[in-house]
Amino acid sequence: MSNNMVYIALQNNEEARPIVEAIEQDNPDAQINHFPAMVKIDAPGRLAVNRETVEELIGRDWDPQEIHLSVISISGNVDETEDAFILERKR
Amino acid sequence: MPVNAIREDYRFPAKDVEANFHGNRVVYVGWDHHMMFCAPVAFPLPPDMPFSALVGEVLPNAYGMHPDFPQIDWDKVEWKLNGKPFTPDMDASLDANGVKHKSALRMRTPGLEGIGGSGS
Amino acid sequence: MAAKKMNLREKYTRMTRDLAWDFSYQRDEDVYKQMTMEGIKIEDWDKWEDPFRLTMDAYWKYQGEKERKLYAIIDAFAQNNGHLNVTDARYVNALKLFLTGVSPLEYMAHRGFAMVGRQFPGVGAQVACQMQAVDELRHVQTQVHTISQYNKYFNGFQEFRHQHDRVWYLSVPKSFFDDAVSAGPFEFLTAISFSFEYVLTNLLFMPFMSGAAYNGDMATVTFGFSAQSDEARHMTLGLEVIKFILEQHPDNLPIVQKWIDKWFWRGYRLLTLVAMMMDYMLPKRVMSWREAWEMYFEQNGGALFEDLARYGIRKPKYWEQSVVEKDVISHAAWGTFYNYAHAAPFHTWTPNDEEMEWLSAKYPDTFDKYFRPRYEHWAEQEKKGERFYNPSLPMLCTTCQIPMVFPELDDLALTCYRSSEYEGDTYHFCSDGCKDIFDNEPEKYVQSWLPVHQIYQGNCGGATVEDVVKWYHMEDGVDNREYLHSPDRRNWDKWTKKATEEEVPPKTAVG
Repeated sequence: MSNNMVYIALQNNEEARPIVEAIEQDNPDAQINHFPAMVKIDAPGRLAVNRETVEELIGRDWDPQEIHLSVISISGNVDETEDAFILERKR
Repeated sequence: MPVNAIREDYRFPAKDVEANFHGNRVVYVGWDHHMMFCAPVAFPLPPDMPFSALVGEVLPNAYGMHPDFPQIDWDKVEWKLNGKPFTPDMDASLDANGVKHKSALRMRTPGLEGIGGSGS
Repeated sequence: MAAKKMNLREKYTRMTRDLAWDFSYQRDEDVYKQMTMEGIKIEDWDKWEDPFRLTMDAYWKYQGEKERKLYAIIDAFAQNNGHLNVTDARYVNALKLFLTGVSPLEYMAHRGFAMVGRQFPGVGAQVACQMQAVDELRHVQTQVHTISQYNKYFNGFQEFRHQHDRVWYLSVPKSFFDDAVSAGPFEFLTAISFSFEYVLTNLLFMPFMSGAAYNGDMATVTFGFSAQSDEARHMTLGLEVIKFILEQHPDNLPIVQKWIDKWFWRGYRLLTLVAMMMDYMLPKRVMSWREAWEMYFEQNGGALFEDLARYGIRKPKYWEQSVVEKDVISHAAWGTFYNYAHAAPFHTWTPNDEEMEWLSAKYPDTFDKYFRPRYEHWAEQEKKGERFYNPSLPMLCTTCQIPMVFPELDDLALTCYRSSEYEGDTYHFCSDGCKDIFDNEPEKYVQSWLPVHQIYQGNCGGATVEDVVKWYHMEDGVDNREYLHSPDRRNWDKWTKKATEEEVPPKTAVG
């Protein structure tokens, strides 16, 4: 069985909450797991955090690099642009 | 030379050669299936120490507090020296028994397999 | 007229690559002297991809914000006597293990990245290494600052730096990092950035910090996650460097595979300390070592190595052994520190009934069969006033420097012995993995500073345990030994009103 899972782990805090919500909205296959002080989100193949979705949720401009303030860990190949933070496994 | 080093002369003396132990040699002893003692133990011993002194003086201090220890029948202990079956000559010295620097001695005590037979 | 705003990629290019220059009066090979020693062939440094397009100005901005948040919490923690909010004083011993064993490695990582950053001709790699060197310095500083609050109230923290170079179990993390730092620059990055940070570090920080959160230790959660927020960048560097090396030249594959085999095994052995922390040192446990290994190595690591298969990389040698050993190593390690609690600057104890139930449930195949009888025996001895301390010094593995506590895979109650001969001397190992590492580079390990041998050579303050403990700067009966008999426990009971009026030695009594 092929295993192409990616994940992101975020702190469980006010700044990360809209990021988690945005991931939930934009990545229907993502699975959200809660741990003490931490949220770990697993997804098959690809996981995207989109700037527009987060901005919609928080009502202000949001730079995807702000994710550096709340990320704990990741797995997958990173692609960071001004519009999105993406984790993927290319096949 | 297998090490990739910046310098051609990457070469260091071995730190644990026998000459560094002030006349002693390091001898390791392990008691199979008695892992309450978390690892085999290391002793600095004179090479001319009789094997009987290892058994009669050194080991009781190391292992004497184990409930299996007083029950050991020393005639039935199965020894290994550096991985090979071995019958010690109790009266001969460690050296004469072939116990060299950094030799590993293992003893198995059939019928005594640790606390409650758990290997502990 | 306002200039057009640059996109992230353009900004990154301007602020990194465009700042580099070519040498006109020095040859490249004279400036970057370590580039060829390892046999790695790099054809084009411009192919280096930086997935995080973080420029130095953005780096300072975000790091500054992280620091402000962290120190606000550390202040609040100190002002509110946060140390009294942890689940139990036994927990604090996990922090002693962290400060003595991990924080000095952060400092070594700082040095290591500063050194290798200097060696790479590619500016993308230089900038990534420079940022990481600064990160690692921040980590050791914030860890020391955070833990200093505990140092005011608990014993065992005060000499962590002195002890790192001397104490037997600290030679394990110390020699691990010294091995990496004394390798070439590509091996260093494969060792630390890839094998440790990318493949294994989740197992260090995530359980530690989740454990801290679960046990009421807000300060540690905060420094941990603040450090960990840098980790995503470090891990990405690790993956990037592997992909870059492999894409540059087919001759690089066997070299990199050998390094991955070596550093997986070295890192995995080092994590034995974390396994023990998770299963034994957290009064409230998050998950077992076994579960963590399954989640972070077997599943996540599995996906990573499937991903790397397209470069010809396979899973690290002996990874299957780590899967068998997941049922054993935490127990073996805790037993080791129970054996030698008189020589370590933190306390150990036997698990209570409820904890043994948890261990039985998490380790159904091994705990009751091999380990419970040992703890029950030790607890009985302790009640009789004969708490077990191992009176002899242990045989160590020459490579990982851990006492030889690991079992044969087909008999988990039997010690695994391996050995090699080299230039007339015998060297012993805990496993095939550690033996292979020695056999590949014996010159590197014949000079190992093995604490037990050093004691016997007379280099550690004297011949008795008392002499050595003194040389370690540990106060016997205060910093070390059984938790039940410790001043830490007596103080804790007093502060939390579990005990009414018990005598507390004045030197260690606080408030």
